[in-house]
Amino acid sequence: MKQHLISAADLTREDALLILDTAEELARVSERSIKKLPTLRGRTVVNLFFEDSTRTRISFEAAAKRLSADVINFSAKGSSVSKGESLKDTALTLEAMGADAVVIRHGASGAPHRLAGWVRGSVVNAGDGTHEHPTQALLDAFSMRRRLGRLEGLKVAIVGDVLHSRVARSNVALLHTLGAEVTLVAPPTLLPVAVDSWPCQVAYDLDAVLPKSDVVMMLRVQLERMNAAYFPSAREYSRRYGLDRDRFARLHDDAIVMHPGPMNRGMEISAEVADSARSTIVEQVGNGVTVRMAVLYLLLGGSEPAIGGTE
Amino acid sequence: MPEVARNQARAVLEGPDIHRALTRIAHEILERTKGAENVVLLGIPTRGATLAYRLAERIAQFEGVKVPVGAIDITMYRDDLRLRPARPLGRTDLPPDGVDGRTVVLVDDVLYSGRTVRAALDALNDVGRPRAVQLATLVDRGHRELPIRADYVGKNLPTSKSEKVKVYLEETDGRDAVLLIKGDAR
Repeated sequence: MKQHLISAADLTREDALLILDTAEELARVSERSIKKLPTLRGRTVVNLFFEDSTRTRISFEAAAKRLSADVINFSAKGSSVSKGESLKDTALTLEAMGADAVVIRHGASGAPHRLAGWVRGSVVNAGDGTHEHPTQALLDAFSMRRRLGRLEGLKVAIVGDVLHSRVARSNVALLHTLGAEVTLVAPPTLLPVAVDSWPCQVAYDLDAVLPKSDVVMMLRVQLERMNAAYFPSAREYSRRYGLDRDRFARLHDDAIVMHPGPMNRGMEISAEVADSARSTIVEQVGNGVTVRMAVLYLLLGGSEPAIGGTE
Repeated sequence: MPEVARNQARAVLEGPDIHRALTRIAHEILERTKGAENVVLLGIPTRGATLAYRLAERIAQFEGVKVPVGAIDITMYRDDLRLRPARPLGRTDLPPDGVDGRTVVLVDDVLYSGRTVRAALDALNDVGRPRAVQLATLVDRGHRELPIRADYVGKNLPTSKSEKVKVYLEETDGRDAVLLIKGDAR
């Protein structure tokens, strides 16, 4: 039975389009004065966050509450985890409390996958290590489709720290499923070893890729995950891979700029570009709530989930 | 329609019958609401919405009044969501002026248990406060499970619970017809 959303690669084209179309209808609910729907009344969603997060946690919380689910927020700080409790024991505790869905963010790649074997409810991956962040990819695809009207054949450049980016990995998988053409642009040190096996192109020269792109997605340079010298200096990185005014001018007129947030303004993206009308960065946050509502509805709304992978 | 052919299907309304029924309902709405003043027609997707647009066309034809028309999806308000896998949502399309203070005529194709209409009333409650709500249906097949009745009925169709009523409309199905399908002896 389909039950969990662990990886964007688990989603079929039909699943992905069902989520995007459902989100499209739910976006109308966000525009009206009463934003709440009674659909998940009596269901419990646990937000299990072992890593810091602002927008993803709040976004999932808002999504669950708009569907009338009860939300329990759990963050590792100030919990029994700091006393040494294992993920499994935490999971069994939640299980005993009757969680219908567990939204998990964890520093270790694969944690949601393990969790899925321990709980009866649906597991939604909200980012695990450098592995995947499927709802981010879904909201990115949703934002692109809303702005540009299609995904099929769209040329998407994903620029920056691909090595540490779960967002990039999920986006490559999902955009490939939905028929977009992805080009990863990064210094060789910030590309994963197995990138050849990903369904995308790889380039090292941002200036050559920009004029051909419909979407430019800038990734955050994840300094907290960098334990080696991946590039000589922040200044040099910014000069070769940062999106500033001059590079922005090379994009064609309809191209959009995306960033999953949080941004390092002045590093991978200049403030001017981030705040321009063609940047979808603020929109992405709003779309995040709608897309997560769609995911929760499709996983929990019926007698059995309508999307997701089996574990 | 092989599925229909296998079972015993009988057309209870053909194209011209549906046409006449809608014409009569449009006249009744005009009569009951004194010229469709302040009326909003809201169809329940998919076929109820199609019917709402057809009624609006006729009202415009008869009296030249342009009645605001839209659709209200009730999927998220259903009471049987947990009995089946989550289903795709229909489109909610409210007229720009909303429903506040107006007489809303809900339009659906078949009235059966009344549960859809109950869900529609809940959905309506979340988008505004109508002055009154009325109900129009192409077919009333009986077997109500809630205290709900229609104000405008195209055809009262006595059925047994094992039978199925299927509405086909030109816009979505390529032809106009209402079929009564004998149930299997399950």
